[in-house]
Amino acid sequence: MQSANVNRVTPYLFLAPAALVMAVALLYPIGYMIYASFLDWNPSQRIGEAEFVGLRNYINLLGDAAFRESFFVTLKFAAVVVSLEMVIGVGLALLLDRNIRGMSVLRTLFILPMMIAPIVVGLMWRYMYHPSVGVFNRTLKSLGLDPIPWLSDGSWAFASVVIADIWQWTPFIFILSLAALQSLPQSAMEAARIDGAMGWQQVLYIKLPLMMPVLIVTLLLRLIDAFKVLEVILVLTNGGPGLSTEILSLRISRTASEFRELGEAAAMSNYLLILLVILTFAMFAYNKAVEARTARLRKAAEEDI
Amino acid sequence: MFIAFSLRDCQPFVHSRGAISHIAAAVLVGEHVPKIIFDQVSKSYGSVEVLPPFDLTLDDGEFTVLVGPSGCGKSTTLRMLAGLETLSGGEIYFDEKPISRLDPKERDLAMVFQDYALYPHMNIAKNMSFALRLARVPKSEIEEKVQRVAKMLNIAHLLDRKPAELSGGQRQRVAMGRALVRDAGTFLFDEPLSNLDAKLRGKMRAELAEMRDTIDKNMVYVTHDQVEAMTLGDRIVVMSDGFIQQQGTPEELFKRPVNKFVAGFIGSPTMNFLDGELTQEGDAMWVRGAGYALPLSPETAADVKNANAKDVTLGLRPSSFVSEGTEGAAIELRVIVSEYLGAQSVLVTRCGEADVLVETQSATPIKSGAVRTFGVLTDEIMIFDKSTGLRL
Repeated sequence: MQSANVNRVTPYLFLAPAALVMAVALLYPIGYMIYASFLDWNPSQRIGEAEFVGLRNYINLLGDAAFRESFFVTLKFAAVVVSLEMVIGVGLALLLDRNIRGMSVLRTLFILPMMIAPIVVGLMWRYMYHPSVGVFNRTLKSLGLDPIPWLSDGSWAFASVVIADIWQWTPFIFILSLAALQSLPQSAMEAARIDGAMGWQQVLYIKLPLMMPVLIVTLLLRLIDAFKVLEVILVLTNGGPGLSTEILSLRISRTASEFRELGEAAAMSNYLLILLVILTFAMFAYNKAVEARTARLRKAAEEDI
Repeated sequence: MFIAFSLRDCQPFVHSRGAISHIAAAVLVGEHVPKIIFDQVSKSYGSVEVLPPFDLTLDDGEFTVLVGPSGCGKSTTLRMLAGLETLSGGEIYFDEKPISRLDPKERDLAMVFQDYALYPHMNIAKNMSFALRLARVPKSEIEEKVQRVAKMLNIAHLLDRKPAELSGGQRQRVAMGRALVRDAGTFLFDEPLSNLDAKLRGKMRAELAEMRDTIDKNMVYVTHDQVEAMTLGDRIVVMSDGFIQQQGTPEELFKRPVNKFVAGFIGSPTMNFLDGELTQEGDAMWVRGAGYALPLSPETAADVKNANAKDVTLGLRPSSFVSEGTEGAAIELRVIVSEYLGAQSVLVTRCGEADVLVETQSATPIKSGAVRTFGVLTDEIMIFDKSTGLRL
């Protein structure tokens, strides 16, 4: 009896150090943030001195037009960049899924943008977008065209940050799609050729449907990332002009550092967190559904022999 | 003569009147069936020549089996015919029409793959109708064809399922059905039965054999299994190391193999080979080796005389032995193991240093270790040139 109890406790004993580290490193900051979102707290106060205001921060935010605008910009940004990146990334993968001499070099080149620190990407694009010395406007000028207000006009600025993000993150989708393509069952593709499917028909009816599980996971990963984007936009436009490119993470950072409203910033973070948790759960649920389906199919097949 | 394989071959299944054969008549009507001609066709990968130039003519409506050990080039030949591999040289003709530059879809063929190659995301009906849908065949016609083939293949109740929901045998039928739904002139089979268990393989083989008799289409079938080749082929093409060793009817290959490779490859259990020496003794020609001396039949002796070879390999099928005293020349063998197969047994015996397989009736049980004298049917003796392997 005694030893049985000891045996039962032992695993938890071994897990304790890891659990402790996780509690301190992961749960404490999150708990801290959630707690802070219920406070009216400015940075000159210690957290204990801040006034507890319950859900006021959350309610205020819902009524705050600037926050709603920012939330909308974030959604728009994520939707636009991820759709475009999916189309371009998958398209490139379909085009480059063949044995070309020097393909491995090409592949490495393609994924370079992904390896550059976002802050550097932001700076790079900022200089390229520069109204007078940037390469885009100089090129336009030398072609005799009018310069474009890349970063100074609201809609152009949004387009500019979208372009920069696409430049950096399309390769992510490209390599995952390429990997998916190259692991597709070769014989199914050959069967399709014998059945008379030409190039685009193979893509539409065979390749894309078979890639779908990978594409869905890729899409969700990219979406989660796009909601958290900060550095590139911070460097390029700092949210402007107006609120045209002020995505949520930028607004959070400004609320905390410029407006000195730590509680409100925390509440905003929690709204974003809730959104991301929903997305993540969607991803888990999808994976679970796929697994369950596969298991069910296998069982059905085995019973049926 | 064919007892040898029928032994291994007899699968314990109840053979319902073959499902597939009925489709044959029902589905496959009056399309033009071309004669297929390989003219100096060759295949190289880089500097490696896997298939030296070869000629091969497949008569229209024939069931041709390409058979050989793995790596012999049979699959490559089939894939070149299908249009999945390019030719490195030569040309393939359908009648007079060169086809090597045509897309697979322009060659009027259907193919069954070894791993079935079903489309995992489509249900069975969609799988079977994919080619027809691409060809924009009217919906009602597609529906009708799929239903008919599915019914005859006994998969009509599976049409709504995805391939992953089927067992191996069912998937195999679907793959067959997908090919049959199309009224192609030529059907290609790339080891279609090799992923099935032995029992199912026997069943499907029998159904295919029935189909062969009723379908008047070109069938080109690749396998490494000589039993499949023998039971299915109108004509068998035996390949090895990229060369066509011999082609002919199953009986020709069994009775008159041109060389040691074909003799050893065709037939089960495999032929026994013993080193020997030819000697002329009076009127008779003898072959002698470690532990045996056998007279040759007059016909064999005449064939051998012209060749002027002395060192030879003696080929003896396990079925060429009879119990002593009934007929034939005598040979003394020490029984090592007796493999009981039911009505018959295969004895693993030793002659000199070499193992010799002997087929006998199980009625007379033979103890291991016993030394027994067997009769040899001398007119079934084959003599091969030891250095070239050619039959004399």
